[in-house]
Amino acid sequence: MAEYPKLVLPDIPNLRNIDTYLANGGYGEAMRKVYSMAPAAVTDEVKKSGLRGRGGAAFPTGLKWSFMPKGKEKKKYFLINGDESEPGSFKDRQIFEFNPHQMIEGILIGCYAMQIDQAYIYIRGEYAHWVKMVERAVAEAYAKGFIGERMKDNFKPSGEGVGYSVDITVHKGAGAYIVGEETAMMDSLEGKRGYPRFKPPFPANHGLWGQPTTINNIETMANVPVIMKMGGEAYSKIGDPKQPGTILFGVSGHVNKPGVYELPTGTPLLDIINNHAGGVPNGKKIKMVIPGGSSMPPLRGDKLEGVLMDAEHLKEVGSAIGTAGIMVMDEDTDIIHVLTRISKFYWHESCGQCTPCREGTGWLLKLLRRFEASNARPEDIDLLYDVAKNIEGRTICALGEAAAWPVYFTIERFREDFEKRVKPGLELHSPERVHGLRKGGLEPVQVRIPVVVRV
Amino acid sequence: MAIFSNAELQEISELQKRYPEPAATLLPVLWRLQEKRGWIDDEAMEAAAAVCQVPKSHVQGVVSFYTMFFDKPMGRYHVQVCTNVSCMLRGGEELLATMKNKLGIQNLEHTPDGLFSIEEVECMGACGGAPMMAVNETFFEKISKEEANDVIDHVLAKDEIPKPKFVAQMPELTEAANR
Repeated sequence: MAEYPKLVLPDIPNLRNIDTYLANGGYGEAMRKVYSMAPAAVTDEVKKSGLRGRGGAAFPTGLKWSFMPKGKEKKKYFLINGDESEPGSFKDRQIFEFNPHQMIEGILIGCYAMQIDQAYIYIRGEYAHWVKMVERAVAEAYAKGFIGERMKDNFKPSGEGVGYSVDITVHKGAGAYIVGEETAMMDSLEGKRGYPRFKPPFPANHGLWGQPTTINNIETMANVPVIMKMGGEAYSKIGDPKQPGTILFGVSGHVNKPGVYELPTGTPLLDIINNHAGGVPNGKKIKMVIPGGSSMPPLRGDKLEGVLMDAEHLKEVGSAIGTAGIMVMDEDTDIIHVLTRISKFYWHESCGQCTPCREGTGWLLKLLRRFEASNARPEDIDLLYDVAKNIEGRTICALGEAAAWPVYFTIERFREDFEKRVKPGLELHSPERVHGLRKGGLEPVQVRIPVVVRV
Repeated sequence: MAIFSNAELQEISELQKRYPEPAATLLPVLWRLQEKRGWIDDEAMEAAAAVCQVPKSHVQGVVSFYTMFFDKPMGRYHVQVCTNVSCMLRGGEELLATMKNKLGIQNLEHTPDGLFSIEEVECMGACGGAPMMAVNETFFEKISKEEANDVIDHVLAKDEIPKPKFVAQMPELTEAANR
């Protein structure tokens, strides 16, 4: 197998120990370089690298940083998102466990670039064990003077640099998927129920406690020291040009070697599944793959040839990179059962603010349970599609899409699986015959409607 | 206010210095209360409200929002089994049924002696080690039904959580996790 650069999780034993991290150049070259540059130049370097957020939306990190107001007059906050609750994602956990200092160093660099002096690392409550690991790493860095007041002595500014100090606080969540949404995370950190906020105002103007705030993912942060060390331009040449760097691919489900694999962006999906994750057990065929955590549109197993794992290429094939949590399902998988479980998750996790999501996720689940019991009416397929479509885009946050996408994309791509679960004896629709559901009756009527697109 | 000792109150006020508003420490304060008392009762909510300077209704809202805060007594050993997709594909549902059967309780119930409770949980971020089960904070990954039964037997016999076998989520990193 070819050698790939390991930027975020290098094969160095015991790297989570600060001494090992220091011996391998941690808190060194990259920090010195940063402190010799003007803050805006650091942001420019990150922009040049082409780094895009690893939390799901793949938003350019440097651009996000540049939205923050300049200067130090206003109190500003940096919030690092370690909520990682998307089913199928377990990558940030590896960073907490194996390389927490690189993430901390990234946070320090981000704070410097945006001139922020207070950062919070929000980690989900289920990761209690890993919260302790990060707390220990932060305490070690404090003790060595890499965080806190003593930073000013340890990292003396040179060139255009400025003297600086940062405080980092680890904050433990308490079990709520929605808190992974950046504005909900701000509410949660403020000690409230985690409700997503309307945007605008965007966090860069009105975030934590009404102050400018930037929210970045853990993995994104762990990439920053690498960029400063090798230079933005060199980084931009790794992997796919439109989303450079490496990604921690979490492979789970029906594979022989589930786990996290750090590979360059643009790695073929089948290469990851067959070569890195050891292929599907018993040589079975793949029925479905969800490429980026359970909210992303699923791909058909017979359409995986040539699919490349990065934001732009996945968009071309009608999916998205999300959190790069790849879930593989073999040919014997009951897709309806899987989808019902996914819908149950989003129903459970809907915060309840927006009616389309609060009510809609419940309806998706109810309808899917009809299919699960092979008790669905023929019109339920289109009804399910319709409910999903009516959630999408009508909610404050992206949980609406997260709930709707798996459902309607699965209908589009696996319609035959739904048709098989219609109550035996009932006739299926032909494209020109639909039930007059909206007219109040259930008698079939002849109308001409556009056929639901089947991909 | 007898819930918190002076030392704990001191610790909390130190923590509050790290946030611009005392309300921000509500989650950490509730965690401390749950660790002390096993669940968050009325008295605990009042204490949290006082320390964080928020109305008690606000605390109630927060406790009911987050699934990890218990508003009723739970077992000392809280068994959590994930049945989300990655675990489901590898036997999470069967594992949950086994545990319910073993303990003789249903979801979010506790045994009469208050030793065990069980919860069907959403993804806990152990998809590479599916199926998984957690007892309190300890994750047991790639666990078979027999091994899960053994975990319960161990707790029954020794009143402690056994050390989990190491499961590499990063097959390429050989370093054993410091559990």
